[in-house]
Amino acid sequence: MCENEAEKMIATSAESLLALSQQEELVDLPKDYPLSASDDEGDSDGERKHQKLLETISSLDGKNRWRLAERSEASLKVSEFHVSSEGTREKLVLSDLLQPIKTSSSLATVKKQLNRVKSKKTVELPLNKEDVARIHREVAFNKTSQALSKWDPIVLKNRKAQQLVFPLEKEQTAFAPIEHVLSGWKARTPLEQEIFSILHKNKQPVTDPLLTPVEKASLKAMSLEEAKMRRAELQRARALQSYYEAKARREKKIKSKKYHKVVKKGKAKKALKDFETLQKVDPTAALEELEKTEKARMMERMSLKHQNSGKWAKSKAIMAKYDLEARQAMQEQLAKNKELTQKLQAAPESEEEEEGVVEAELLVPDVVNEVQLSADGPNPWMLRSCTSDAKEAGTHKDPEQRPEPVVCEDSESEGEESAGAEESLLKEFDERRSLRKRLELTQDAEPTGRQEAQDATSQEVLSELRALSQKLRKEKRQSRKQTADSTGTVLRVQREEPAQGEEEEPLLLQRPERVQTLEELEELGKEGCVQNTELPRPVLQGQQMERDPDKQLDAPKKKKRKAQMIDLQNLLTTKAPSVKSLAAPTTVEHLEDEERDQKQMIREAFAGDDVIRDFLKEKREAVEASKPKDVDLMLPGWGEWGGVGLQPSAKKRRRFLIKAPEGPPRKDKNLPNVIINEKRNIHAAAHQVHVVPYPFTHHHQFERTIQTPIGSTWNTQRAFQKLTTPKVVTKPGHIIKPIKAEDVGYRSSSRSDLSVVQRNPKQLSVRHKKQLKKNSVE
Amino acid sequence: METAPKPGGDAPPKKNKLQAKRKKPRRYWEEEETAPTPAGASPGPPHSKKRKQEFRPQRSKNTLIQKKSWISKKPQVSKKPREQRNPEPQRTLSGAQDPFPGPAPVPEEAALKFRRIDKSKKLLHSKSKTRSRLEVAEAEEKETSVRAARSELLLAEEPGFLEGEDGEDTAKIRQADIVEAVDIASAAKHFDLNLRQFGPYRLNYSQTGRHLAFGGRRGHVAALDWVTKKLMCEINVMEAVRDIRFLHSEALIAVAQNRWLHIYDNQGIELHCIRRCDRITRLEFLPFHFLLATASETGFLTYLDVSVGKIVTALNARAGRLDVMTQNPYNAVIHLGHSNGTVSLWSPAVKEPLAKILCHRGAVRTVAVDSTGTYMATSALDHQLKIFDLRGTFQPLSARTLPKGAGYLAFSQRGLLAAGMGDVVNVWAGQGKGSLPSLEQPYLTHRLSGHVHSLQFCPFEDVLGVGHSGGITSMLVPGAAEPNFDGLENNPYRSRKQRQEWEVKALLEKVPAELICLDPRALAEVDVVTLEQEKKERMERLGYDPEAKAPFQPKPKQKGRSSTASLVKRKRKVMDEEHRDKVRQSLEQQQEQQKQEKTKPTGTWPSALDRFVR
Repeated sequence: MCENEAEKMIATSAESLLALSQQEELVDLPKDYPLSASDDEGDSDGERKHQKLLETISSLDGKNRWRLAERSEASLKVSEFHVSSEGTREKLVLSDLLQPIKTSSSLATVKKQLNRVKSKKTVELPLNKEDVARIHREVAFNKTSQALSKWDPIVLKNRKAQQLVFPLEKEQTAFAPIEHVLSGWKARTPLEQEIFSILHKNKQPVTDPLLTPVEKASLKAMSLEEAKMRRAELQRARALQSYYEAKARREKKIKSKKYHKVVKKGKAKKALKDFETLQKVDPTAALEELEKTEKARMMERMSLKHQNSGKWAKSKAIMAKYDLEARQAMQEQLAKNKELTQKLQAAPESEEEEEGVVEAELLVPDVVNEVQLSADGPNPWMLRSCTSDAKEAGTHKDPEQRPEPVVCEDSESEGEESAGAEESLLKEFDERRSLRKRLELTQDAEPTGRQEAQDATSQEVLSELRALSQKLRKEKRQSRKQTADSTGTVLRVQREEPAQGEEEEPLLLQRPERVQTLEELEELGKEGCVQNTELPRPVLQGQQMERDPDKQLDAPKKKKRKAQMIDLQNLLTTKAPSVKSLAAPTTVEHLEDEERDQKQMIREAFAGDDVIRDFLKEKREAVEASKPKDVDLMLPGWGEWGGVGLQPSAKKRRRFLIKAPEGPPRKDKNLPNVIINEKRNIHAAAHQVHVVPYPFTHHHQFERTIQTPIGSTWNTQRAFQKLTTPKVVTKPGHIIKPIKAEDVGYRSSSRSDLSVVQRNPKQLSVRHKKQLKKNSVE
Repeated sequence: METAPKPGGDAPPKKNKLQAKRKKPRRYWEEEETAPTPAGASPGPPHSKKRKQEFRPQRSKNTLIQKKSWISKKPQVSKKPREQRNPEPQRTLSGAQDPFPGPAPVPEEAALKFRRIDKSKKLLHSKSKTRSRLEVAEAEEKETSVRAARSELLLAEEPGFLEGEDGEDTAKIRQADIVEAVDIASAAKHFDLNLRQFGPYRLNYSQTGRHLAFGGRRGHVAALDWVTKKLMCEINVMEAVRDIRFLHSEALIAVAQNRWLHIYDNQGIELHCIRRCDRITRLEFLPFHFLLATASETGFLTYLDVSVGKIVTALNARAGRLDVMTQNPYNAVIHLGHSNGTVSLWSPAVKEPLAKILCHRGAVRTVAVDSTGTYMATSALDHQLKIFDLRGTFQPLSARTLPKGAGYLAFSQRGLLAAGMGDVVNVWAGQGKGSLPSLEQPYLTHRLSGHVHSLQFCPFEDVLGVGHSGGITSMLVPGAAEPNFDGLENNPYRSRKQRQEWEVKALLEKVPAELICLDPRALAEVDVVTLEQEKKERMERLGYDPEAKAPFQPKPKQKGRSSTASLVKRKRKVMDEEHRDKVRQSLEQQQEQQKQEKTKPTGTWPSALDRFVR
């Protein structure tokens, strides 16, 4: 509208201007500068000549007198030759030009008009075409994208959908009575006719057997007020819900700690009260409730939510130093944790025993009862681990004789060194075993009296153990150093010790039933105190197995190597219990002597080839071969003297040696009797997926989605069908029309509403309230 | 929040529904009684409420949908609200209620064994789109596992077992006693073939367990339907027979003869003589790969693809004469036993052994692997019988010294272990399927008329076939075989047509030979090495990392705080922070590694209290 007006104005003003200019022309023409004029050539020529003459004369004296301006515009300074405005310091105004000699009223109006035009600002230039087009495009884009954005959820849903069935609108399966479907149906047979006549007579429904006309009428008359009431009710409910939601949100936002504290307390009180009442009213329900709390406790125990590990707790821990409140909060949390994780007391009958157990648990540091012997069943896993534990424990028993086997890690001659070490270790182990044998023998000598002493002293022992373990933790670092120093020497001592008989112990199959005396235990503790290198092996008799509490003390590398060696020797030299078969092979009598003889024979037969040594050698070679090779870029003779017998300097060698990155640990690192090929099977890899598809960012994520097989071999028929349903199903012979708003639940009228609702759900509630108010007023 | 009231009228509608329920089956002839109340008259409160309840949705719909369709819509509409909020059982026509509505619940443990997704690998935080895909995958897995668990109900047969009366040793029960006790059909499965003439026999059952082929050292080859005792063919190849094996069906028999490998059909007609496989000592057929693995005296392990007749690979084991071979049915890896006490594991795709296990001090005499691929039993010249764990550790689980040692071993489908020692066969049993057979007490023993030369449990029948120097013995071993067979896979009762159909299907589903590896589920993993390599190559090609985060660019700030110095400072701050993060991560990794190293070697059973250790 405004624009239009402005345009009109512009148009009128332009017209007037045009008129003016014409007038001007009329006025000016006669005096116009005769540059372009050619009609009156004669006198103008003369004039020019005259002017030229004047100029030349004036320039004769060397000074430029004053150049007469060319007459191009009107000026106040009127020369006889031209018009000029110079010197007046005033701009020429249009109206001045119009000034006639006498004032006339007809020109006044024009003047006024001119003034008005001047007072108006000049109209800006219209934008150029491209800009306009761009703006139009932008606006259009915004509009359309807004309009289209309401489809976003639908598009998203369809993309996520397991299956899409086209055409989209389904024909609703209607349960129409047969009469409706077949329009031409008539009661033909006399029986039918009779029945229908009777039905008609009684005003019974013919088409829909469930509704009589009476009922239909009543249905139709389902009162308007009823419907209204229903609607109002629903609205009320919705409003209430929204109120509550808002309230809850508000309350959630409250930052006052006191308020929350009060609320929490109130809740706790209420819960307690409720529980009490429930207990009175319905004991079973109360029990259930109790179970729930118990479960919550268990969850807590599992999740450790109230520990100091949370974000909040950490921040509080920092603050606790300065802030009393924070400290209190932390303490509270810890108390809560304690409360939740505390083991509940069991039934009162076995209270005494339980107490004992609890006490024991409290007394014993957790490291002690980490490993518990499970059922007596021969669980091979348990058994193995236990035996290995027992072994380790055994090795730790006598610290003087059994040192930590340390292999000096010289980088240059590692291979040879390690081989030597292994052999020495083999020897060592034999000795150790024999020693243990002896020890056990001594144990057997004093089996009585152990039981009695046990109960009395168990408390002491436990407390002692506790103290010990604490001490040890403190002295960990020192001990480590000491071991490093001492072991080298001890190793040598160890070697010199005479090897005892080659009795082989069935370690592998041995059940972990090593009994130990308390005296031993105490002794052990003392030793640990004195030496600092050894750890206490707290042993709980009977059910609880021993296990060295902190293996961190030993350098893990050495330990592993040792374990490896032990295992390998073990694997092959275990004396398996011989079977007692009912029907022995006829040729062989199963006599012990004969068996031994046989064994001897085999040993003799294989005396030459040491299977184990060969295998170890092979393994070492395999390990070496699989190691990434270092690249040596050194050129002998560069930058120094070269020649036969001259070795490049170590520094140079070091400088030009590019060390290969250490690969991942071998799979058979801890398996002494196995060589696992680490080479990649490239033929199989060709069948593997080597690209992670789009929505996945890590291969682990993608692997999860392809781990379930979808073939019918691994699935039931139904599952197979479901797993292989096509993503899109089209019905043959049906036209697939583009999706419509009505198809997805939008109604054409409420389209805008819907989009609004989706944008800002808050507005909805406000509007809702308004509506509600209106309703209530009505 | 939790006290927010439920949408209005939740309590009353419930009552109404019950009433509605009671009134639902009313028919029009009953309506006549209540008809006297005029239509316009206001009905009683409960009645009206019911109406309201029932027809509310209908109303709202009818306002939009044309009137004509409303009768037809009616049943559907009235049904809809009920379905939505009515978990109660549907009423049947008879009025009886289903006491156990819905699908039968499946115990979690039953479904657990069908779960395949390995959740031990931790996932990084993922985008919502990714997460939704993962959730879908997990839901699918759960559903399929539940379905599978539910369909276990269809496995009607249960494995039998021999149980001695208290104190009675089952090993004392003789075959004759068993035969006496069982029904006639089962008793007929115990038989002896006295074939003293042609020397110790090797035997092999077909995959369905219906057919039996055996070959004597002195050239006697025969195949029969051992259930009906119908002879299919009987020939003498006039050459020493080392081993005999059925190929994928009972129509083809591979016989390792003195010089070459021959293939006969079930009529005894020689189809092929494979001269590239010479001096074969042992045969093994991999049914899913259609590969015939042969071990020769010359020390070669040769894989022959019987579907196309080509030799896939010939691997040199470099361990002298090979005469101990078995296959792992779980991953189709071939196990070879060697004279230096090792057992090596082979795949046709790799030229070296996949793994080499030192099992005994003496030469390995026999190897057997159970059907789940968990246990390997070995026996050697040192008279020991050992059972190894094949699940990555390759450690012996139990060992036993046997007088004279076991010369032949075989695992049954349900994990029974049979050992042939001289002329005695011992069978050990564990607890249920897939459990370790305990070597303490034999489950059964049987003495034969000659020395054992081959052992095999018959699939799907509680029968152990023993080939010995005196012929063939078919022993009854209760609880040896899987009682339920898959009719589509190995149907003992299939007809000729069915067999042909199955053959085509099996050939279509043939697994490529190069997929044989220790972990058969490796195919469900991404080839990380190639992935990394490709990523690196792409980076080199582009000159930058397309997936890298854009470097931090400080935003210009107002009021003179955007000086160069402050910009640099800000940049440095961010850089430092990132660096610190990196360091932190690497530290954590190191610690984790250390922890693992600490815990691994001990291999202890984790205690329930471990989680409280700080």
